[in-house]
Amino acid sequence: MVPTSYFLILSALLFTIGTLGVLVRRNVLIIFMSVEMMLNAVNLSFAALARHFLDLNGQIFMLMVMVVAAAEVAVGLAIVMAVIRNKDTTNIEDVNLLKG
Amino acid sequence: MPEGYLPILVMVIIASAFAVIALGVSALLGPRRHNPAKDEPYESGILPFGDARRRFPIQFYVVAVLFILFDVEIILMYPWAMMARRLGLFGLIQMGIFVAILLVGFVYAWKNDAFKWQ
Amino acid sequence: MTLPTLNFLAILPLLILVAATLLVLLADLVVRNKRVLTFLGLLAVAASLAAVLLVRPAAPTFQGMTLADELGLFASVAILVATGLALLLALERTSDFTRRPGAYVALLLLATAGMIVMAKASDFITIFLGLEILSLSLYILVGFAQRDARSNEAALKYFLLGAFASGFFLYGMALIYAATGSTNLAEISKGIASHSASLPFAPLLPIGVGLLLVGYGFKLALVPFHMWTPDVYQGAPTSVTAFMSVATKTAAFASLIRVLAAVWSGDRPWLLALAGLAVVTMTLGNLAALRQTSLKRMLAYSSIAHAGYVLTGLAAGNDRGFEGALYYLIAYTFMNLGAFATIQAVQRRDQNDVTTEQITGLSTQRPGLALLMTVFMFALTGMPPLVGFFGKLYVFSGAVQGGMTWLAIVGVINSAIAAYYYLRVTVLMYMGGATAAAGDIPRTGWAVWTTLVITAVATLALGLWQQPWMESIREAVTLLALR
Repeated sequence: MVPTSYFLILSALLFTIGTLGVLVRRNVLIIFMSVEMMLNAVNLSFAALARHFLDLNGQIFMLMVMVVAAAEVAVGLAIVMAVIRNKDTTNIEDVNLLKG
Repeated sequence: MPEGYLPILVMVIIASAFAVIALGVSALLGPRRHNPAKDEPYESGILPFGDARRRFPIQFYVVAVLFILFDVEIILMYPWAMMARRLGLFGLIQMGIFVAILLVGFVYAWKNDAFKWQ
Repeated sequence: MTLPTLNFLAILPLLILVAATLLVLLADLVVRNKRVLTFLGLLAVAASLAAVLLVRPAAPTFQGMTLADELGLFASVAILVATGLALLLALERTSDFTRRPGAYVALLLLATAGMIVMAKASDFITIFLGLEILSLSLYILVGFAQRDARSNEAALKYFLLGAFASGFFLYGMALIYAATGSTNLAEISKGIASHSASLPFAPLLPIGVGLLLVGYGFKLALVPFHMWTPDVYQGAPTSVTAFMSVATKTAAFASLIRVLAAVWSGDRPWLLALAGLAVVTMTLGNLAALRQTSLKRMLAYSSIAHAGYVLTGLAAGNDRGFEGALYYLIAYTFMNLGAFATIQAVQRRDQNDVTTEQITGLSTQRPGLALLMTVFMFALTGMPPLVGFFGKLYVFSGAVQGGMTWLAIVGVINSAIAAYYYLRVTVLMYMGGATAAAGDIPRTGWAVWTTLVITAVATLALGLWQQPWMESIREAVTLLALR
């Protein structure tokens, strides 16, 4: 059996890649995908830990996160669409009406 | 434990080797005769028009988003489905409530013309 | 297999809210007069409030997932009151920015349900679910003015940073799960106390708690995770800003208090970290608020500063501090909601903000509104005998009692800085010559007046009359049993 710590390390790496993606990329949709990657990285942790502890809570948590992530996608895309309708851009640096 | 993966590794190597050899040999040995008809993306299909990166209308996105939502909600039914027999009526009623809530969302989307193609 | 008996009484207020949300959505399809939906929402809030106050279940927990204890009761009341006031506030002005008032009411109720879940949750799964229900509803509400590019932008920023924060939040939970082997707060607390060192991933605990704090920091707008706040508060429709600025804070702070009580080891370093966060939060919030010309932006920065004051109470690490934090939350609910309500009353129908220029000389045009705004500004400054004063008094005395006199001193200095920009608003309203044409300010309807009067009276009365509900706060804190 693959040790749980391997999964946790992989999950940490994926989470870091996702975080960097959010911080570095400027396209709203890519940022969005990076966030999803962070959530799924955590899901991997939950799955591995649920197996490690033989505990169902981890699995339930994972299912909940998947559903929440789907809802987040729906809301996020709707917001991005509204922005595109008004401003015709997906670059976060063009969205700059509010400042001060 | 890693030995268990050996067959997969062997298969990956053989599959990629086959692909590389088949494509490489035909690229090296095969003759090349260009003509305009042959260079089209689809030799015997509809003539290509416009730029492939052109923007396309997005009415369909609402349906797509709703599809994602209802599709993923289904995973919450899996745990129940595994235990349906043992949960009996208790579980069935709970699932019924869950589906009813989803149904309200569906009806709301429907009545707001989310599924109409303009 | 034995089936669990479900203790539905413990989540009755939530059931009412969710049922009402669905009902509003369905009613929206058939009802012509959309004002009915707001009244339906108010009715649901009232029913839920009655359920919170009157139905005390014998067993307070629902499958170990939520806890209907005193803290939950306290937070639920504060959140429901904020929802009711926000519904009243929106009644006459939703038509300014949307053609879907039904969805607006439904989302407001859903956000409330999420907040109550979060405030009552005693398991990471429910905390996360509550957080996401409230966040997703608020993302949409912030961008509810679909044709307003500023509202869109606010929603986008809130969504991206909120989702990013959720990631940290979740990862923190996963690491704490790894360290303790449980997602339940009570189990985690027991695990840390007894066998924590024996588990293989125990060293992950502090990292998990740290990441969780980052997640809470984003949601509570603590510096350095506050960047989104001014933009979102300014861009969102004013009634939404009024609601989210107070109710989200109550829910998230209640949840943070629970989590801290569970992972609490009373360690000085953790308290100092919280104290440090509190200091930078209030200082930067207040300094940035000084140079704002938009009232909504100014109040956004002021809300950051107020989060810092509440955090001072938590950093104190004693009962007094926690009581102060809870008192502050309810005080803040009324005074801040009132301030945003006044802004909404003054703003033009085609605008979503008020500048300091627009309120100059307000007292000659609208003496009533100017007077109420003055009350809220005084309360936010912390003038006795209004609620804001006692809130500050309690959190700062908690800090002194916890051996952090320096923190209390920083807090007092900050209140003095803050007095400048709050009182400037009052001075402009009374001293300045009128610049805005009187016709620009729309007539204030009865619903907004009701909101304003309730918040103003509460701002005064809850300061003067504290005995009964301070006892409930004390009980809430005692039951948490901080180690």
